[in-house]
Amino acid sequence: MRIVGRALIIRQDNVDTDVLYPGAYLNIDDPEEMREHLFEGLDSSLREKLGPDTILVVGANFGAGSSREHVPLAMKASGVSCLVGESFARIFRRNCLNLGLPLVDCPDAVARAEEGSRVEVDLDRGVVSVEGERFPIAALPEFMRRMVDAGGLIPWLRARSES
Amino acid sequence: MAHTLAEKILLAHAEVDDLAPRDVVMVRADTVMANDVSGPVAFRQMQKLGAQRVFDARRVVMVADHFVPAKDARSAALQKRLKDWAQEQGVGYYDQGRGGIEHTLLAEEGWVVPGDVIVGGDSHTCTYGALGAFGTGLGSTDIAAALAFGDFWQPVPETISVRFAGRQRGFVSGKDLILAVIAEIGVGGATNAVLEFVGDGARSLTVDERLAVANMAVEAGAETGLFPADQVTREYLAGRVTREWDELSSDADAEFSRRVEVDLNRLEPLVAAPHSPGNVRPLAEVTGTHVHQVYIGNCANGTMTDLRQAATLLRGRRLHPRTRAVIVPATQRIYRQALDEGLLGMFVDAGAMVSTPTCGACFGGGMGVLGSGETAVATTNRNFRGRMGSPDAEVYLANAYVAAAAAVAGELIDPAELIEAPAR
Repeated sequence: MRIVGRALIIRQDNVDTDVLYPGAYLNIDDPEEMREHLFEGLDSSLREKLGPDTILVVGANFGAGSSREHVPLAMKASGVSCLVGESFARIFRRNCLNLGLPLVDCPDAVARAEEGSRVEVDLDRGVVSVEGERFPIAALPEFMRRMVDAGGLIPWLRARSES
Repeated sequence: MAHTLAEKILLAHAEVDDLAPRDVVMVRADTVMANDVSGPVAFRQMQKLGAQRVFDARRVVMVADHFVPAKDARSAALQKRLKDWAQEQGVGYYDQGRGGIEHTLLAEEGWVVPGDVIVGGDSHTCTYGALGAFGTGLGSTDIAAALAFGDFWQPVPETISVRFAGRQRGFVSGKDLILAVIAEIGVGGATNAVLEFVGDGARSLTVDERLAVANMAVEAGAETGLFPADQVTREYLAGRVTREWDELSSDADAEFSRRVEVDLNRLEPLVAAPHSPGNVRPLAEVTGTHVHQVYIGNCANGTMTDLRQAATLLRGRRLHPRTRAVIVPATQRIYRQALDEGLLGMFVDAGAMVSTPTCGACFGGGMGVLGSGETAVATTNRNFRGRMGSPDAEVYLANAYVAAAAAVAGELIDPAELIEAPAR
């Protein structure tokens, strides 16, 4: 799998899911509507920069805190195609992988990237490129890899129960 | 091969001969839980999965707690969906006014025994570690899959051993113990790991205090925070559960990725200052900070222990004119008990607002929201910017003694200025 896009940067560490999607809107269960509140506690203007080729480039322990899947659901509905981070919090990482939204840990690529940088994530070769500069990434564990290839947990489970 | 407690629990729930950190295994859940926020999103995902029924109705429980009582029509609709779904599926269900805050509730109601695996659509599902169960929080897609098939994927975590040495004194409570741990390892320090709480100090804690400690394991990034079952656990479970369970613990030669020790004899009350549970300071460093709202409650610290601690300070006193207080017993049983013990009347006489059990104020949901420029002291588990309302509000996390003392003084003070420290 190879993803190409433009970097949108959230450089702070420990960005929690409360600022990414405030609790007051947890009574929304439609992803299309969740989009309207993404990043609201952090910087609502980030929403205007989201496009179909957005790759979010983020700091360490991104997505800490609440398990609210509203965050990656809203990201996916807004066109985010991949996340490149220094590191991710556990539940957020699971939620992204489950939704078929790939994320990779690559601190060097995060340090190199600037707003709008051309970013390419090649999961097969284990490389992130930022403006042509290549950074190696650890391979996803086999299980996660198969799930991401299938498009997320739901298609993977459907395939499992059919076989 | 030697195993940690977490590895033993996972091994007993997976179809593998052995396992080691970083293996990814499918794990069977003994109980699957969701609430009025995570449930309805999970039901949508379950439909996409093509699953009509849950894997085992006896092992599924839904709790209406986040936006109860409903603050608007939309929240009411979610709660209706939760209730309708639960009744249609025939699963366990706690309606508003009949249950309480999920984690305190499920422990109290006997859903949890040591050695269990419990997954919940809420990050604080790690609270069940207090009873030696691998409780872990998942998102709604994971929950949908667990509802349908009864299992979930899990990378085997490493284990960090946290030794509590000695006995806490004065106004130190469970909250201070876990804040000391988070201060030591950081808010991401236990990512891909489990915390295991051991030592004479851990064994001396009551279940209420253990709940407060385990609850915030996720604030260090942990999958769960385990107290190996012991005499205290047995006494708590007697009369609550009929299921058999084993008293598991880590092997003496098991491998821990890190060892942390907290000397309880020297521990002073702590707070987490704005805007992170990892921004831990001694209470003495922040005394004098003016406080506009005190919140005592939530899945970490809404137990009888917390209410009794608050009562030692609020008994016969009035709140400072600057300060309002919201007090939320975590469950209906606790509410009833606090009523019987005269605590709720005492709180009302002091000028506090006493609410029925709800998660509301903790996450800026249905009530108790902070305005711009306001400062709160809360016994909750997160003080992220904007979580309790305005992004320009500040929240200090503290134990119930410290929170109640702030309500009386109108500012953060050492409770010892108001009363003598309790004997332990």
